[in-house]
Amino acid sequence: MSEAILRLRDAAFQYEDADARAVDGVSLDVAPGEFLAILGRNGSGKSTLARLLNALLIPSAGSVEVDGIEVSEQRAYDVRERCGMVFQNPDNQIVATVVEEDCAFGLENRGVPSKEIRRRVDEALREVGMLDRALASPSMLSGGQKQRIAIAGVLAMRPKIIVFDESTAMLDPVGRKDVFGLARRVNREEGVTVVWITHFMEEAVQADRVVVMDKGKIELEGTPREVFSNVTEVLSLGLDVPEMMKLSRDLRGAGLEIPLDVLTVDEMAEVLGKWQA
Amino acid sequence: MMNVTIGQYFPGDSFLYRLDPRTKLILTLALIILVFISKTFTGFALVFLFVLWCAFSTKIGLKYMLKGLKPLFLIIALTFVLNLLLMKDGAELVHWGILRITEGGLRTAVFMAVRLILLVLTSQVLTLTTSPIALTDGLETLMRPLSRIGFPAHEISMMMSIALRFIPTLMEETEKIRRAQMARGADFESGNLLQRAKAMVPLLVPLFVSAFRRADELAMAMEARCYRGGEGRTKLKQLQFHRQDAVAAAAVVAMYAIMIALNALGVF
Ligand SMILES: Nc1ncnc2c1ncn2[C@@H]1O[C@H](COP(=O)(O)OP(=O)(O)OP(=O)(O)O)[C@@H](O)[C@H]1O
Ligand SMILES: [Mg+2]
Repeated sequence: MSEAILRLRDAAFQYEDADARAVDGVSLDVAPGEFLAILGRNGSGKSTLARLLNALLIPSAGSVEVDGIEVSEQRAYDVRERCGMVFQNPDNQIVATVVEEDCAFGLENRGVPSKEIRRRVDEALREVGMLDRALASPSMLSGGQKQRIAIAGVLAMRPKIIVFDESTAMLDPVGRKDVFGLARRVNREEGVTVVWITHFMEEAVQADRVVVMDKGKIELEGTPREVFSNVTEVLSLGLDVPEMMKLSRDLRGAGLEIPLDVLTVDEMAEVLGKWQA
Repeated sequence: MMNVTIGQYFPGDSFLYRLDPRTKLILTLALIILVFISKTFTGFALVFLFVLWCAFSTKIGLKYMLKGLKPLFLIIALTFVLNLLLMKDGAELVHWGILRITEGGLRTAVFMAVRLILLVLTSQVLTLTTSPIALTDGLETLMRPLSRIGFPAHEISMMMSIALRFIPTLMEETEKIRRAQMARGADFESGNLLQRAKAMVPLLVPLFVSAFRRADELAMAMEARCYRGGEGRTKLKQLQFHRQDAVAAAAVVAMYAIMIALNALGVF
């Protein structure tokens, strides 16, 4: 593995009015170009961890390094430029009344010259397939389209890492697939490192690596297959097992000799195809 | 509520649309001042024709624009009547018991009414032809010199554009909550004013709660995108003056010259 782009060492954070740490001693390395999924029940500290990666919060103990920069009050803007963030609610992260103006917001804040902003905004909008809506009003767009605009706004900053904090949670199934697919493409084609926080197991199984958090700590970590093979543990951490794993269990119960660690629909199709033959 | 056309943008493309928002802001102000320094009917007629011509050139349709005057009709009528009855100056025109209308009173009443109409019409032309973004951008740039003495020019324009951004969102949400409350038996339509105001409480409380949550999340999203106030900020679209701005300014300067001449000559 090459040099980690995100490096956390015993990182911890406690909110002022809280009596327990929201993130409690997390150590984690994320490789450049990796697609990492973070799972965990409500209140397990996922969003807090995400905010540490973007210098929205500064660790109260331990350290967080983003692309070689230690997260601190002083370097906050350098960190934010390298690590973009897409939030959950599509409505509450769009600032401007015109799509392209919103997309330009981050670059304007960084003082990039107008011409360069124009170029990068057009490029980012093309990338997310929204160039033809550049002059539209965001309030006329669907939830999925709004998230695409939010992604374009982040992409225009050319970050090395993008953190998605449950960015598909408020979308309908079509929008969810669409936005997840876009994140995967950006990861694969642009080599942007993605940290994907989610409650959907079907998304997590497609990640390179999965981290499961509970009470501010990392409880499980590994490839989706490694993590989800600990069924009892996964369930005890308040998560579900992926649909296909459930199905393979049921099929086994019905007398079908198929492996128990089938994760995705594609894998299931392959297994069933073999079985049929 | 919906048929108020004041302060609304009407997308289009004509000479006035292409003017720089700063030019439009300054010239609108200049025209309004012009209306107030005019002392002659000829002067009013001149400004009136000019504004009317501007309005026509937008191709928006006078009917749509005049609709904007409707809510102000009462205020204009009231000003007219008050001036007519209370101003006593010059020859007496009507004397009816305590009712006394003088020539001076009539003149002032007509002047004030015409001024108000022109004021509304002129600002109408401005807002109808300038998108909210251009308007806030223009205001911010014009007020920027004031930020050196601590005037929050950038903050005000940012607040205005965020407000504009969230009006449709909050309207939609109000409607959603209203429907939800109605499904639970809330009644917003019947009863006297007090009862209806009371019925609004279960609508406003969730709306405020959600607005605060939205504000919180938006602030975080803005910070995540490196926002730190107006200092060192650039713009996607830089405002730029063109030849047409000079043409428009020249027209208004000419109006001033004529007006001063008319006032000096004391034409009717
Ligand atoms: N602003 C805050 N002030 C105080 N406590 C907070 C704040 N935000 C979160 N917490 C607490 O910190 C803990 C972790 O919250 P966090 O939002 O990181 O969890 P999460 O895993 O993102 O949950 P969810 O799945 O619901 O989004 C929770 O106990 C929560 O109540
Ligand atoms: Mg969260």
